[in-house]
Amino acid sequence: MTQMTHAAGFSSLAPLLAVLISLAAVPLILASARRPNLREFWTLAASFLKFGLVFSLLPHVLAGREATVVLLEIAPGIRLALRADPFAVFFALVASGLWILTSFFSIGYVRGLDDKRQTRYFASFAVCLSATMGVAFASNLLTFIVFYEILTVATYPLVIHKETPVAIRAGRKYLAYTLTAGVFLVAATVVTYQAAGTLDFRAGGIPGLADVSGGTLRALFFLFMAGVGVKAAIMPLHGWLPTAMAAPTPVSALLHAVAVVKSGVFGVVRVVGFVFGPALMKGLGLNGVLAVFAAVSIIAASLIAFRQDNLKLRLAYSTVGHLSYIVLGSALLSTGALTGSVLHLAFHATLKITLFFCAGAIYVNLHRENISDLDGIGRVMPWTMGAFATAAIGLSGVPPLNGFVSKWWLGWGAVEAGNVLPLAVLALSGLLNAGYLLPIVRRAFLRPGKGLDGKGEASPFMVVPLILAAVVSLLFGLVPNLFFRFHDLARAVAAAILGGEGR
Amino acid sequence: MKTLDFFVGHYAYWFVVALLVLGLYGMMVKRNLVKKLIGMTIFQVAVIIFYIASAVKREATIPIADKAIGTADASLYINPLQHTLMLTAIVVGVATAGVAYALLIIIFRRYNTLHEPELMEAMKREEEEDGDE
Amino acid sequence: MSDAPALPVLILLGTAILAPLVSLLLRRSARALAVAAVAAAASISAVNLVRVLGRGTLHTHMAGWPPPIGIEYVLDPLAAFVAAVINSIVLIVLVHARLSVDAEIPDRSRHVSFYALVLLMLCGFNGIVATGDFFNLYVWLEISSLSLYGLVAAGDRRSPVAAFRYLIMGTIGATFYLLGLGFLFVMTGSLNMADLAAILPHVWREPPVVVGLVLMVAGMSIKMALFPLHGWLPDAYTTAPSSASALIAPTGTKVGAYVLIRLLFFVFGAEFAARTLPVTSVIGWLAAAAVIYGSVMAMAQKELKRMLAFSSVAQVGYIGIGIGLASPLGLIGAVLHVLNHACMKALLFLVAGSFRLKLGHSRIDRFNAAVRRQMPWTTAAFAAGALSMVGVPPLAGFFSKWYLALGAVRASNWIFLAVILVSSLLNAVYFFRVLERLYMGKTGGPGKQEGPAGEAVEDGPRDGEAAASMLVPVLLLAAALLVIGLLNAVVVKQVIMKMIPQGMM
Repeated sequence: MTQMTHAAGFSSLAPLLAVLISLAAVPLILASARRPNLREFWTLAASFLKFGLVFSLLPHVLAGREATVVLLEIAPGIRLALRADPFAVFFALVASGLWILTSFFSIGYVRGLDDKRQTRYFASFAVCLSATMGVAFASNLLTFIVFYEILTVATYPLVIHKETPVAIRAGRKYLAYTLTAGVFLVAATVVTYQAAGTLDFRAGGIPGLADVSGGTLRALFFLFMAGVGVKAAIMPLHGWLPTAMAAPTPVSALLHAVAVVKSGVFGVVRVVGFVFGPALMKGLGLNGVLAVFAAVSIIAASLIAFRQDNLKLRLAYSTVGHLSYIVLGSALLSTGALTGSVLHLAFHATLKITLFFCAGAIYVNLHRENISDLDGIGRVMPWTMGAFATAAIGLSGVPPLNGFVSKWWLGWGAVEAGNVLPLAVLALSGLLNAGYLLPIVRRAFLRPGKGLDGKGEASPFMVVPLILAAVVSLLFGLVPNLFFRFHDLARAVAAAILGGEGR
Repeated sequence: MKTLDFFVGHYAYWFVVALLVLGLYGMMVKRNLVKKLIGMTIFQVAVIIFYIASAVKREATIPIADKAIGTADASLYINPLQHTLMLTAIVVGVATAGVAYALLIIIFRRYNTLHEPELMEAMKREEEEDGDE
Repeated sequence: MSDAPALPVLILLGTAILAPLVSLLLRRSARALAVAAVAAAASISAVNLVRVLGRGTLHTHMAGWPPPIGIEYVLDPLAAFVAAVINSIVLIVLVHARLSVDAEIPDRSRHVSFYALVLLMLCGFNGIVATGDFFNLYVWLEISSLSLYGLVAAGDRRSPVAAFRYLIMGTIGATFYLLGLGFLFVMTGSLNMADLAAILPHVWREPPVVVGLVLMVAGMSIKMALFPLHGWLPDAYTTAPSSASALIAPTGTKVGAYVLIRLLFFVFGAEFAARTLPVTSVIGWLAAAAVIYGSVMAMAQKELKRMLAFSSVAQVGYIGIGIGLASPLGLIGAVLHVLNHACMKALLFLVAGSFRLKLGHSRIDRFNAAVRRQMPWTTAAFAAGALSMVGVPPLAGFFSKWYLALGAVRASNWIFLAVILVSSLLNAVYFFRVLERLYMGKTGGPGKQEGPAGEAVEDGPRDGEAAASMLVPVLLLAAALLVIGLLNAVVVKQVIMKMIPQGMM
């Protein structure tokens, strides 16, 4: 049994504070309902503090020290505990960083639309981010489930925000999918506890599982995938995502491009790498099955995206496809694939959020949602559409954007795993991405517009974040390790999974 | 002989069974609420008789100390415990009957019937009126 | 030797008799006396719980006669725990009851009877829990049941009929219990629980003992409203005054479950009750059916209290599944659910009572967002209760399901596991339906609608949030759900694990 030098744990409140800070902001937000500027101040303050706390963990985790917090014993033998390992810090950085951008964007958006339920919106957002931090830092399956379910419940008010019949139905569908998934996840966790005696995530897999019969393990894996796969929008469990586009754009942006769906794929990688482990996955042939589902999702989602005229729906299907990049990478279980998979979690987030921000700005500014109405808007909203173009190129996997970097590693990982098919899938998907995103750019800039006289860019609250997101994507593409050492973190995660305790 | 003893020797218990069945029949099949109540009372009495029957001993007398027999040999007196228990059970039965009849009086005052189907009809009509409010 | 086990019973009994007498002189004192007595009982049972956990079982020999000749009162961890839970919940509900009773029982002179009945009911429950003698249990059972029939009958127009049906079924149940006890007595000669536990292993196989057990279980199942013997419950809970529903829903069925647990696991022992004769299996499967049946029926209800009543049928099913597993985990799940469900159901029925007071109704199809605007805290507490019932962590409801699920997996009973988890989804359907209406239901125009005679009828709440005496208990229970959820490991390890009988480990 190969023994990796186990990362040293040290006691620190930082992960707990990161989770709690936005929860603490909630009563303040609710109390400042009558004073919007104060209310927004709480949100922004919480988001900066949260990001700062997570960032403070970065040097530690890069040096191999993982902050741990044990909260309490939540059931005999199982603790509610947080652990800042590389994967956790990575995800937390992405989510909390993008929350800052989204908060600014939200302010412009809801004020631009003179939305009715702004307090509920900001309060729910704060709770969601708390839950996302909890999901990221969870050190065992039960803690993961607690925060995962809180996330489900907290996102509901955001999905039904507009309170139109469409939104309410979207909310019901969302809950139906996610609560059912939660039930599967609990079932899987109970079986795991019974079989392995522990629920702690272990890099390389939980050792106790190796003694379980193959049939049980396969059933267990499918239970897990049903559990996390819904949020990860693996086809055919993706049905809730396009419907959830009934939510306001910033909600779609953060939650459905970053927090909720990324919690899902985060969960997939946790299960693949930290519960089952590479040995079990390969030994039972589970990685092959997972790869097939992922590949099908990638291609099918990209094809469906072509047929959507509503911009947000097209972006939603694009998300489905890209999430499965991450799943595919985790299924390949090689250094490059895992690195690319983790990197794509961050890079897709920045790219997608740019696109959603653009969609939101267009909606607030021009009240247009359909691609066929977007002719010529590039002339009145050049910055917005410029950012859009940048992100579109990034998602297609073209250098020098970050999308290329993660895709490169995924491709390299496929070669490492000795399998050429994923390469083909990735290449095809890149072409399809270009095919459904770039024509939008073309229409915006090259076709004459209608009814656009006197229109300009949207409010700076919205435009600045989207430009920032696009610029960040470009910077990460040039220097993947910029600011946050994302590349090093991703490699650390891959190394942990592949070299971990599991056989 | 065994079969005869099974029926004749345990006649008290067979009687109890008959009463139990009678009581259950009354409670479940009869439509009039008072008859249901009577069925319930019969059912309770059956259990009381069961206990009493189990206290009986062959050639034993009532459990009041008799100077002629003395108190040394317990098998000469039937078991008094069941009797005391059943005193309590009878009281419980009386109290239950009291509450039940009180309820019946209220029901009759409100609906003017104690016939279950009619009662259900009247209640359903009431519910529909409530629903239209 | 300690008087402590019998104290709550005596205090409650005494006050039940005193209250009507005192209120002849001091008109409004009945309620205050009731609250004082219940508070005393709750504190004593809390203290008892701590003592029992620390120093072991407490015994009282009534009138000095030692068992098995005399009647003995025994407070072991299980009894102490159930007593503490019941007394505390009733105390919290009584605080809320003041305004609710005033509104739903307009005739002031009947309030004295109401509070006296509450005291008698609680006295009966405490007696059931504390006693160590099966016949004594029957007496307390009937005392509490008669009070329950009275409490139910105090409600709206249809309540006497519901109370009568409850009376008939309840008496059948108690009589079955008595008959079963008669068989046991004939075969063992003893009525004392501990004594029976010692004697029974010698006479297990005899038919009368088996019949006795089955009859006693059947009787208590009626009292516990285990499917399919639950027929009395929906009408009783719906038509009873809201305070009465809030009092009996969290407590009545739990006491029935307590008796079953005591009978099956402590007197007969898991060895016999589960393995020799599959009594617990039958209970488990009926309970699983109860969970599905109750949840499905709840989805079809238009009125909040009736929905909660069917939900109670389902929740009793969870406890039944725990009993049916006949394992330490099953017992942990069942007992924890006694606590959790008591809090959740009390909370939900209290909110229904608040709604009835402030809105004049509790019909789900007439809820709308105006309710939430006028009563934000009450609605928020309802949401917390609903989420706990669905099983969203870290609220309490998730954890009883966790232990039950773990127990089911350990017993390789996949159907129980599926039932437990699927029911969460069914619960979500009917609770979220209510929440959707409360938070987003469209108000019909600017709050004005037409009544049957064409007069303008406000379909919104009449005047603001519920009063403090109604709001504080509700919020307290909601907070308790979170605290119990987070600290459930403490409850399980310090309290419940000490209850597990030897034969089950």
